[in-house]
Amino acid sequence: MKKALDFVVEKIVFICGIASIIFVALIFFFLFKEGLSFLKDFGVLKFIGGRFWYPSSSPTLFGVLPLIVGSVFVTIGACVIAVPIGVMTALFISEIVPKGIRDILKSLVELIAAIPSVVVGFIGMITLVPLVKGIFNLPTGLTVFSSSIMLAFMAIPTIVTISEDAIRSVPWQYKQGALALGATKWQTLRRIILKAAMPGIIAAVMLGIGRVIGETMVVMMITGNSAHIPHSIFEPARTMTATIAAEMGETVRGGMHYKSLFAIGLVLFLITFFINFIADLFLGKNKNT
Amino acid sequence: MIKLNPKLSQKFSYMFLCLAAFLATTPVILIVFIIIKNGTSVISWEFLLSMPKDGMRGGGILPAILGTLSIVSCAIMITLPVGVCAAIYLNEYAKDDIFTRIIKLAIINLAGIPSVVYGLFGLGIFVMFLKLGVSIIAGALTLSIMELPVIITTARSSLDSVPYSFREASLSLGVSRWQTIRHVVLPNAIPGILTGTILSIARISGETAPILFTAAAFYVPHLPHSIFDQVMTLPYHLYIISTQIPNMPKNIIYGTALVLLMMVLTMSCIAIFARIYFRKRRKW
Repeated sequence: MKKALDFVVEKIVFICGIASIIFVALIFFFLFKEGLSFLKDFGVLKFIGGRFWYPSSSPTLFGVLPLIVGSVFVTIGACVIAVPIGVMTALFISEIVPKGIRDILKSLVELIAAIPSVVVGFIGMITLVPLVKGIFNLPTGLTVFSSSIMLAFMAIPTIVTISEDAIRSVPWQYKQGALALGATKWQTLRRIILKAAMPGIIAAVMLGIGRVIGETMVVMMITGNSAHIPHSIFEPARTMTATIAAEMGETVRGGMHYKSLFAIGLVLFLITFFINFIADLFLGKNKNT
Repeated sequence: MIKLNPKLSQKFSYMFLCLAAFLATTPVILIVFIIIKNGTSVISWEFLLSMPKDGMRGGGILPAILGTLSIVSCAIMITLPVGVCAAIYLNEYAKDDIFTRIIKLAIINLAGIPSVVYGLFGLGIFVMFLKLGVSIIAGALTLSIMELPVIITTARSSLDSVPYSFREASLSLGVSRWQTIRHVVLPNAIPGILTGTILSIARISGETAPILFTAAAFYVPHLPHSIFDQVMTLPYHLYIISTQIPNMPKNIIYGTALVLLMMVLTMSCIAIFARIYFRKRRKW
């Protein structure tokens, strides 16, 4: 009886264990199925290389390039802000402040991650957007720049927590050795600890990028949603995620436009898959040192 | 290049680091402050417990609150058992081989898929293929898959933190493997699993993109009756009233944002404090 129970339980937990593989495969399959039938009809090159996204004009054009450029612009903008701030904060939290303050700062960083993205978008709309419009004297504050700032804010918790883990897992002997040789704390931090933790920090940045590229509500609310290739960061743009979210509601289920959004989803899936894969490689490297 | 005195350069650098930490953490305080300051005046029992009126421009947000609660509770009921079982498998049963490595890679990738892609997937499989329609259950299933990697990871690390000697002691008394897990490992891992679950609930309460095409409705004139109903949800409602409705009174938007934010932050704070509390009490 006991043996039988053990056997049944083992099978059940095994099935749950492989659930993740099944779901990843299913997600890929559904995106691929709908996306592929679109790509067959419309043409892969016209989709990837097309400079115009006019899903409801006639003839319809489904060029995903402006959306990819939009996503890339916003992501680069967010990284330029979030990476230095995030890594420096991680250094500050893990190596400089006393334990009491460290716990407070860490909890605050965790709270950032808890704020719903739609709330971040709303706050951006009412505070940052008018500010950007006024300061830079623009026709609209809904720009790549504004959403980069808000997205940087959302990427910071990911970057800080993972970098911090990496920094703290640097063997203490490294630090002691450097300090014993007469290096100041900062020299040790910058030349020894930061270098030793680098693979983990790179992983943190990759995961931060993944977070930003996949963010939907904030970019939909404050990037301006114009599907043109932006010429500067002070112009509106539109990302892949926002296009899916904004247009799915008005499509005919099973139609060309509907399927084109799945094709965008497939592109996003592949990009994030790649990013996570790289991040995982770097995280694995970090553990070996 | 000018060579700075190392002591001086350390001082400068620390100032920069401090500034960075300040920049990283003040916005969250500011956001909470702005929303509390502008939203508190609308909060009343009537706002929380009545239907929206005048095309959302008046009345309350009851259907949105109930919608969010029902989707989130359904989602957690689905994802928690599966996630904990998966964690048990990975931590207690799985061998360290290529197959386990693939499972781990799948979990990592599941965690990285953008939320709107989950929305697409949910639309494709639950709404269209399984013909559940735009409904609470379709949204809950979508969210539960999205939250699965988070639950697995937190459950697994709390199982992992139970010392190996506990298992050895139990197994050496002739107790079977499952009984050991059930009566020795799991009870000691419960606090960690619980805090992880609360954090997950907080996270999915605020998600908008995955339920955009699977569960959320612009406006439903009645409260949800069954799991096959479309519902209004708090985050989607906030999105709609802040972008889609002209001449929307600002204070109602702030009020809605405040309710959502408080729901999420309260749960997160409970989880954070619970974790600190349990960590201090742990005897090993």
